[in-house]
Amino acid sequence: MTVHIPSALRSYTGRESEVEAEGRTLGEVLSALDRRYPGLRFRIITEQDTIRAHIRIFVNDTQEQTLEAPLRPDDQIHIICALSGG
Amino acid sequence: MSRSTTTVAPHPATGSVTLLIGTRKGAFILRGDRARRTWKLSHPHFLGQIVHHLISDPRDPRTMLMAARTGHLGPTIFRSTDQGRTWTEAKTPPAFPKAPEGEKGRVVDHVFWLTPGHASEPNAWYAGTSPQGLFRSDDGGVTWEPFSYINDDPQYREWMGTVQDGTPDGPKLHSIIVDPRDPAHLYFAMSGGGVHESLDGGKTFTTLVGGLDVVEGFDPANIAVHDPHCVRLCPGNPDRLYQQNHCGIYRLDRPSNQWVRIGNNMPKRIGDIGFPMVLHPRDPDTAWVFPMDGSGVWPRVSPGGKPAVYKTSNAGKTWARLSKDFPKAQAWWTVKRQAMTADAHEPVGLYFGTTSGEVWASRTGGVRWTCLASHLPEIYSVEAAEL
Repeated sequence: MTVHIPSALRSYTGRESEVEAEGRTLGEVLSALDRRYPGLRFRIITEQDTIRAHIRIFVNDTQEQTLEAPLRPDDQIHIICALSGG
Repeated sequence: MSRSTTTVAPHPATGSVTLLIGTRKGAFILRGDRARRTWKLSHPHFLGQIVHHLISDPRDPRTMLMAARTGHLGPTIFRSTDQGRTWTEAKTPPAFPKAPEGEKGRVVDHVFWLTPGHASEPNAWYAGTSPQGLFRSDDGGVTWEPFSYINDDPQYREWMGTVQDGTPDGPKLHSIIVDPRDPAHLYFAMSGGGVHESLDGGKTFTTLVGGLDVVEGFDPANIAVHDPHCVRLCPGNPDRLYQQNHCGIYRLDRPSNQWVRIGNNMPKRIGDIGFPMVLHPRDPDTAWVFPMDGSGVWPRVSPGGKPAVYKTSNAGKTWARLSKDFPKAQAWWTVKRQAMTADAHEPVGLYFGTTSGEVWASRTGGVRWTCLASHLPEIYSVEAAEL
């Protein structure tokens, strides 16, 4: 599946705005991404496995709240930097 | 407690001074010449990242550690081993343990404070976080683990309070101090949550709040209401500590456990509220503070809009105002707790960064001042290094 990377995280992906990853759940996909791009996951997921306050993750058009969200191979994942002040 | 009084900085430094500046929008490096007369400001490092602390390693001056996060992204630590030319991110930044199923665990919002370990432990570093947590690295800052028992101890958690009990941008663990004579002798402070000391390398800590005032109406016996802003240990006498507290300026001479409020000797119209506490590298009787307005709603600006450094040369018996080259009026900035420091030269160089993004320096121990840089983002930390 395709993961769309926001500009704030492209220092981890070699400036790539879209990367491919596999996993049955959102958590598995993010872990796979972290193996390829070390450090990326902790910038958007807390040590309690929750999505950070100013990060939103959409699967297709649906905002997901947990890492347990199931995924299909053709899903589109968007990681979004939400409003965080000036 | 009895230790030798060996000093750690007996001889004045002579090399060039570099200032490491952490700001709300990135880090800057300001390199000076040996005379400390000309300075060159770097381009921003990690522009847009919130840098609470940037500090070099006195055991290996090529190494620097930076505590960073952004408005969106979580906290991390960047490490350079070539004086800031290139940076590598920590593999495992400070993080609280994952809570058991059904329990709510804590989340590190930002790393606030970094302290190099003892000279005999060349790869050791300590970090203090918001909300309050104490962490240690034993590999030069690459991987970090919770340190000591305090992060999860019920008594300490009560003293730490909730996120709402801390400073406006979060409760902080800071002022991590390693006794230069003994790596097992540690201090740290919490805003709020008091001052704490360990004599056994962090296996146990005891409180060190005797003599400290708290906000009127609260009980000083309640450790949670103590708010040390900045605690420093004298390089010239490690048995002496100074503290800028929410409720005044204090000195502590060990083995006593009673802080003495030396801020009572400040001019009454200025008061003794502030954030930074800067000590002379060799003379334990000399210290500098930067008072702020802590009246009414706590404006946290220079009193009357007239910035001034105050210096004591007699361990707090008297204070002298040093403001010769600062704006005479309408300067509504102040200096945060990590944003003022000294070098080890003779005369001592003093440096501070303001909430309005200016860097000021003195090559004369505070008698005369020069503005080295302006228009930077809000400055969170300034450290002087001899690189």
